[in-house]
Amino acid sequence: MTGPLILLAAAVVTVAIAVLMRWKNGRFAGRLDDREVLTPEQIGAALGDRATLLQFSSAFCSPCRATRTLLTDIADRVDGVVTVEIDAEAHLDLVRELHIMRTPTVLVLDAEGAVSTRASGLPRRDQVLAALNRAVESST
Amino acid sequence: MSQPTQVDPRGLRFVAGVTAVVLAVVLAIPSEPVRIVLLAVQVAVFAVAAFIGLQWSPYAIVFARLVRPRIGPPATFEDARPPRFAQVVGLTFTAVALVLLLAGATTAALVATAFALVAAVLNAAVGLCLGCELYLALRRLSPAGA
Repeated sequence: MTGPLILLAAAVVTVAIAVLMRWKNGRFAGRLDDREVLTPEQIGAALGDRATLLQFSSAFCSPCRATRTLLTDIADRVDGVVTVEIDAEAHLDLVRELHIMRTPTVLVLDAEGAVSTRASGLPRRDQVLAALNRAVESST
Repeated sequence: MSQPTQVDPRGLRFVAGVTAVVLAVVLAIPSEPVRIVLLAVQVAVFAVAAFIGLQWSPYAIVFARLVRPRIGPPATFEDARPPRFAQVVGLTFTAVALVLLLAGATTAALVATAFALVAAVLNAAVGLCLGCELYLALRRLSPAGA
């Protein structure tokens, strides 16, 4: 009797994780309490004039490539926006400081490098564009 | 950096699907010998995929021989490193389950099997790699500066 019960529990857990991930992926946080400011030295690249899309990636991450493609395309189309990709494993100190738990995690930095908002998982285009808008508005 | 090995994402889903069926049968059939044999087979399949290569997994060979010829070449390819890591995670859970089962700890063995089953179903159904999601969280725990 134990086997079928565990099987049932596994099915429930599976559905719960699938729903949670769908809800969570690409969901940009509202107002962040501690707006950390990142410098070009910390991220190893120059900041965008208006905003920077900072992506943390790792080797064992299948949505990272699709995220990179999307962010690069957006940065190409929107003036003053650049995208920077960081290998999380090579920057574990920064990963801990910014409380990054999974890859991909995308941070939207405003013109001053302050973290405007963030999301983990593969985002949709409209989610990134909305987050970018807020970052640009907050710094002007 | 050399170009990482690329694999057919539909093959990965197929492999995860067969894995899920095998593990579900382990939970569903209340027979010790059947459970031991199926788990041993699954451990061996995971080991081949993890240590030799994803394309050498018996399930992947079935996909390449019987399924792909019917559905044509894939539109895109995927980096092989995340799924290969997932096979290592699957191997760990099923190996622990097998050892527990042989030691007579049936309930614990079935719980370990269930963890591997959840990961396999998520992989097959929505393409989510649970082991990969947890990878960075585990790496963070390593001492600073390591």
